[in-house]
Formats: sequence, structure tokens, C-alpha cells
Amino acid sequence: MPEKKITLSVSVNGVAHTATIEPRMLLSDFLRHELGLTGTHVGCEHGVCGACTVLLDGRSARSCLTLAVQAEGVEIETVEGQGSVDQLGRIQEAFRQHHALQCGFCTPGFIMAITDMLRHHPLESDEQIREALSGNICRCTGYEHIVNAVRELARERGPLT
Amino acid sequence: MSLHDHSVELRPKLVGKRVKRTEDPRLLAGVGQYVDDMAPAGMMHVALLRSDQPHARILNIDVGEAFSVPGVIAIYDATDLENEVRPAIPTSRMPDYYATPIWPLARHKVRYVGEPVVAVVAESRYAAEDALEHITIDYEPLPFAIRQVDAVKDDAPLLHEEAGTNTIIRREFKRGDVDAAFESAAVTVKGRFRMTRKTAVAMENRSYLAEWDARKQALTLYTSSNIPGVIRDVLSGCLDLPGTRLRVVAPDVGGSFGGKGSLYGEEILVCALARKLKRPVKFVSDRLEDLSATSQAFDELIEAELAVTEDGMLIGLRADVIGDVGAYSIYPWTAALETVQVVSFLPGPYRMEHYRGRIRGVLTPKPPTGPYRGVGRPSSTFAMERLIEMAARKLGMDPVAFRRKNLVNADEFPYRTASGIIWDKSAFQECLAGACAHVNYPNLLLERDEARRDGRWVGIGLASYAELTGIGSRISVAPGMPINTGTETAKIEIDATGAITAAFGIASHGQGLETTLAQVIVDELGCKLEDIEVKHGDSALVPMSSGTYASRSAVLGGGAATLAARVVKGKVLRAAAYLMEQSIDDLDMHDGIVTSRNSNCTMTLKEIASAVYSQMGRIPRDQREDLAASETYDPYLGTACSSTHLAMVEVDPETYGVKVLRYVVAEDCGKIINPMIVDGQVQGAVAQGIGAALLEEIVHDDQGQTVAASLADYLVPVATNVPDIGIVHIEADLPNNVGGFRGMGEGGTIGAPATIANAVSDALSHLSVSVETLPVTPERIFRMLQARRDPAAAVTD
Repeated sequence: MPEKKITLSVSVNGVAHTATIEPRMLLSDFLRHELGLTGTHVGCEHGVCGACTVLLDGRSARSCLTLAVQAEGVEIETVEGQGSVDQLGRIQEAFRQHHALQCGFCTPGFIMAITDMLRHHPLESDEQIREALSGNICRCTGYEHIVNAVRELARERGPLT
Repeated sequence: MSLHDHSVELRPKLVGKRVKRTEDPRLLAGVGQYVDDMAPAGMMHVALLRSDQPHARILNIDVGEAFSVPGVIAIYDATDLENEVRPAIPTSRMPDYYATPIWPLARHKVRYVGEPVVAVVAESRYAAEDALEHITIDYEPLPFAIRQVDAVKDDAPLLHEEAGTNTIIRREFKRGDVDAAFESAAVTVKGRFRMTRKTAVAMENRSYLAEWDARKQALTLYTSSNIPGVIRDVLSGCLDLPGTRLRVVAPDVGGSFGGKGSLYGEEILVCALARKLKRPVKFVSDRLEDLSATSQAFDELIEAELAVTEDGMLIGLRADVIGDVGAYSIYPWTAALETVQVVSFLPGPYRMEHYRGRIRGVLTPKPPTGPYRGVGRPSSTFAMERLIEMAARKLGMDPVAFRRKNLVNADEFPYRTASGIIWDKSAFQECLAGACAHVNYPNLLLERDEARRDGRWVGIGLASYAELTGIGSRISVAPGMPINTGTETAKIEIDATGAITAAFGIASHGQGLETTLAQVIVDELGCKLEDIEVKHGDSALVPMSSGTYASRSAVLGGGAATLAARVVKGKVLRAAAYLMEQSIDDLDMHDGIVTSRNSNCTMTLKEIASAVYSQMGRIPRDQREDLAASETYDPYLGTACSSTHLAMVEVDPETYGVKVLRYVVAEDCGKIINPMIVDGQVQGAVAQGIGAALLEEIVHDDQGQTVAASLADYLVPVATNVPDIGIVHIEADLPNNVGGFRGMGEGGTIGAPATIANAVSDALSHLSVSVETLPVTPERIFRMLQARRDPAAAVTD
């Protein structure tokens, strides 16, 4: 049953938002339905598929397993912060170049997970790349083109310092 | 040297190029628009109370305190909608068939766990789900037979009493004298093959939003469907609305793989509720609802037997198949789609004189089976290709040589199969040779044998198959069903600004058809890619369309685009000939510029469009034509697409886990429009087939409850389950076809289960076990080995 609403202050892609919400509201629903940031998708609502992946203070998290109120004071990054239709971000461009998406539904989750991987994961071999990607499900591509995109991005980045 | 042909030869074509997709930027930037991304003002949400009983009479529904939940607007069961909608009837001309009516909510009885019974409408999904907690349904449990082997029996409890039987489909294909062939055979092999129940698991769950326009008394349904035209046509009857007041739009759709290719009761429901309540109504399935109520796949029990001569020629095949079709026959495909294809495709790409294939489709209290990438052929190919490898082994022949001997040869096309399918010219033999060459087959055998000497359980498996794609009007996709699957329409218009709109009835949901159809049009019309806007997935675009399924959109959409582009180009050049004072024979258009081989004079498409539409009197009125055309293409027979898959796998002797070490696909899909997209389709479909072979299984327990209730139970492949796929493209010429394209989106799912089953059987050959049930999970391998060691302890599937 609905509970007393709570005021929440977060930053999403560098923009501050304040909203009054039910404490049970999922972060995914908050982003999608309260803020209208529908780039974050919901594929399973139980933390397996990874379509809802966002960054919380720089680390990837399942927004379908996070209550919005848990993000109080947190810097949230979503796919909308990566680039725009007329100016795609680097990961987005690599996905396009390598045909690493088909229906596009899981793609925002992959892009956010890869953002985290590129910051924190060695990604030195295909095996490591596949292991790192195995927390996200894509039903269309068979992953090979996604692996190709990540391999190129990891090479560009160079070894983790 | 002749000058005049040069310019033509040098013109770069887009068909065949790795053109980056035009749909990508919006999807990558997170501004694609899937149904659940839409939120019109005043929108309400529906949550459904679904049956927790496999078969029961509904005695009473008590809403309790549900209306006390803030935000709850209305609660409905089937009785409230009796006068609002008519059921959809998946009719068929097949004899002895019973068409189960499809209602939005269960009436009187429930017939599977997950069937919608009560709908709550509320201001938010949270409130709607809160209300569900207050509602109780009293059921009187009814007897049921959950397994097809029980449901098919004469005394089995009936799921639909009106049908008088659970067996609602029977079909038999026969050629020659199969029993005599078996009597004369030197070698026979047989198996009892089970392709267990699967589900599509598109990453976007099914989503529907209906908007009622009170001013126009018109309804728009936004649906995650890949058949919006079919949905419009059937809802027109269910809702008694003409097509002018009923529009069905499939916006961005997050995959289907067949699961979104049928009518769902929830689509009827949101439309009826939006009209009744005069506000927009949205329903979005969650994953549990998807796993328990989206159409499912396969679930056949195939008893099949193959007869071979001493020198390795196939002479006879007989099969008896029981298909578990679930609780309803699905619209529009009917329960015949999956089941009948199993026996019509069973002889595969091989010469087979004597054949008898029987199918019975049986109702059970499970979600309906329906289209799933590959339809019927993943099961038929699994059974047939296992028999092929079993026969080769028994004969002591190499399975590749055995296949080579029996595949239909180039000089035998067109070849009529035992079930009446016609294989046009397709690269059956070349695909087999191509796959073997790609992996250096003789070396791979040595590699396998060396690994075996080290005690490793390594095996190699192949599968060859052919599929009918881009089917025209000669045969229906499913026998005797109520829709036309043989045509598609393209409408191309150049407007007064010189921009080009190409509208189709097909509904791309990951295939990249916005890009590939534009590539086809660029080459035919001679315009720029960026000047074309491809529209699709909207019933208002063309008078009739059955959508994107059955590997048809490149063939039929591409064919229609070619025809329409040719007509429009004729109109452009006629206008240009007048404006440029040139003979039309001397003109051509490329990159949106009309040039003449006799003068330096050129005109852009924009200038021509402006002259035609906006400059009054520039063209005499008796010569002025709109730069537009609508053309419909019917490929009549359809095209054969063929392939050979080859895999090497390793079974872990400790865990019985299977790892795919090598995988190659050699395929003939005719002229390739975009190799990048074709590769993506092959890789994705093979991954899905590997899932079907090793991981995926919908399980209903003896109580009829669905056991795979989350993605932690129903395992789809992740990046570590799938290897890189070697791909060999063979582009055989295609006679009697406008574009020369064959359909190819499904093939990987057809070949992979059989290939993996053969490779695992080969890896376990020293233990004398044979894979006859998929997925071949570690548990199944354990049980097979246990049964071999101790037959008394065996637990059968």
C-alpha cells in the first residue's frame, strides 16, 4: 500500500532534480516515468537482464533493483548523458560502427555497463570482455559484434593505470 | 573502348555494402520510442490477475477491498466485456480442426496457469498491482492431462469440451511406399526426439497502449507487435470498427523472435477498455507474465525412422509426431503452424522418394505455442539430422560424405520434396562444402582425435537444412489460415521538396529494414540514401500487410520496393525529359541528379520535384504525373534458403557442461543487401539456437505450474555461452524473383540445435549415448550416463 511520500534530490547526467515520491518507487520507474528519461529500459524487473543498468556515483547498478530513494544525493548517469542523435558518444559510435545493436532495447544497459568496464576493467582479452559482458543479456546480436566494439574501445583506452 | 557504358559501371551500388543503419542514432541515444516510453495525458494502467490453476471452473470472483486502493478506477472480468468485444477466431480450412475462440479474459474456465482472468484499471501500475492483492477467485479444479502423451488419449479430460477432443490438428504427408522401402533397407535407424518447450524472450516485454479519440470515435493501438496489419484487420472484427477508425502502430519494437507475432487477448483488452473508459489505457507485461503467457515454441515428440541402402542412399523416412500446442490455437497462425511444418519439412534438403509423416496437435493446459524463429524446422532439422548422423555412423561412413551423397544436386532443381515443397535453385552442396572448407574438416577431425587421446570429450557435429522463405501466394505460411501471407506493398512518394517517403506494411523490430529497404531503393531509383525516409509498422500506411515474420520482409518488401522505385523513376525521367528537352532514353539518375549522355545539362531531383508540383504550368497538364507509385509484390513460390552448420564442442567429464569450441555457418541467402546486417542475423540466430540446444526450457510440473518463472530459471545465452561464429556467404542466383534476395533471419535457429546435438552425441560416442532431447543440459547428460551404467536407476524425461 502507498506510504508517506518522501522528497528526493538527485543529479541525473549533471542536472539536479527534486521530486516527492513514494519510498517504494523503483529507480527505473523514477527515471522513466517521473523524469521522462525513457532511454533506461526495463527488461526483467529482477536484476538478471541488465537492460536497466545506470551508473550510480560512477559504478554500474541495476535501476530495477534500486529504490529511487536510495539514490538520494547520488550522481546518476544514464544513456541520455552519453550523447545525442546528432552527436553520438564514443561508445554509441562504436556500437553503430560494429553493428552491435539490432532491436536496441538492451543497448542502453550495455552502454552503461561498458562505461563502467572501460573505467575499471582490464578488458585485455576476448575472454575477459565476454566475462565482463555476461551480466547483460542481448537476445538479438549473439554478442560477437558487441565484443568487437568493446575490443576496439579497450584498445583505444589502453591499459588501466 | 566504348564511352557510354562507363558511367553505368562505375556507379557505386549500395546493395551489397556494409551501410551503417539509419535507425541506430535514435536507439543509441536512448530516444527510441517503444510502447512503454509513451505516456499520453490521462493514461491509465492495467494489471492482470492471472490464473494459478491449469484447468478450473471459475465459480466466483470477489474484489474484496480492491476499490479502497487509492487510484483504482475499474475492475473487470469476462462478463463485463461480453457486449464490448467479439472473440477472435483462428479459423482454418484444415479438416478435423477446431478453432478455439480467443477472448481478452478467461470465460467460465481457465485453461493454463497465467491466463488473464481479472483486469484492474488504475491511475498507476503500482495502484493496479496493489488492488490485485485484494481480489480472490474461487475455482473448482478440473481434471487435466499436462503431457501430450496423456492428452492425446481417447479418455483424456477435455480442455475445450466443444471440440469433442484434445486433438485439434491432424495431418499426414505421404509419398511412395514407405513401408516397402523399410523392408528393403540395408540399414535403418530410429529415435524418439524431443524438442522441449521454449519461449522467445524478446528483451522488451509485450506492451500495448490504446487511445480512444472521442471526437472521431476512432481508436489507435500502439503495440509491440510485428504484425500490426493483421492485428488491425482482426481487431476490426472484434471491436466492430472499420479500418478508417482503427489504426494499429508498431513503433520501435524490442525484438520478437515470433513471440510478438500473434494476436494477444491483452491487445483486445486495452482497446475495449480505452473505448469504454474514454481514456488511454496501457498494459505492459512483466517478465513473469512473459514467461507464462507469451506464445511458446516447439514441444514436439517426434518418433522418426530412416531407411538407407547399403551404399548410403536415403530411401525412406517415416515419422509420427505429437505436438503439444498448449491451451489455444493462436491467431492468425493456428495450432497448425508449428506442428504441420515439422512434418512438411522433415525430409530436409535430401532426395527422399518414400515418406510418411504424421502429426497430431494436442491441446494441453499450457500457454499456446505459436511462431518462434525457425518455426517447425528447428525441431524437424534436429530429428532428421540426428538420424542422418546415426545412419552414417551405422554405415561406417563419414557424415559429410553421407550428406554429400544425398543432398539434392544443382541439376535436380527445382526439386519437389515428398511433402510437396519446391526447392528452387539453392546452394545445398556448396554450403556443405563451404562449411567444411572453412574449418578444414579433415584437419578438424585430426584435432578432435588428438584431443580424445588426451582424454577430452570432444565432438564434431553438422546439420544441413533448407527453409522456405519469402513465401508468396502459392502456399500459405500455415495451412488454410485466414490471412494472406503472399504479398507486400511499397508506396514510394517524392514530395514537392524532393524528399522521398517509402512506406511499407512490414514492421521492422531489429532487422534494420529502414536501412536495407532504403539501400534497395537508392540503387533502383538513383537517389541519395539520406533523402529517403522509410516508414513501416503502421496499419495506416498501406491497405493491407501481414507484417514482418517468416523471413519475408527483404524478399517481399525488397521486391515491392524495387517495383515501386522503377515506376517512380520512370515518372521522374519523363518529367526530366520534358524539362531538359532530352530524349528519355538518354537520361539516368544517380545520387539524386539527372544527367544526359548528350548534354552537360543536369537537374536535381529537388528541381524536378519543384517543377512538377510547385511551378504551375511548367509541365503541360496532360503530361504532369505525381512522382509516386504503389506496387505490390508476390514472389509466388517463395525462395529456398539453405545452409550447413558445423560445430566442435567439448563436454566436461566432471561437470557435464558443454562448451562450444568452434562454430561455422555456410549459408546461401541469395543476393546480400547488407553483409553487416546478415552477419548480425546469423550470429544472433545461432546464439538463440545454442540456447535452445544447451540451456533453454520451459518446464511445467505435473501440477501444471510453470517452473521457469524468471530469467534465473529460464536461461538464455550470455556472452560467455556463445563463440565467435565463422560465416561463409554463398550468393547463388535466384531465378524468377525481382530482387534476387532470399530470406535469412531465422536460419541460425534452425541449424544450431541439430548441430550441437550431433556434436555432443559425437563427443559422447565412446559412452554409447545419443542425444534425443534438447536442451542437452548437464543434468540430462548425467541421466543418460547413469541410465547406461544402471538401467534400473534410469529416470526418463
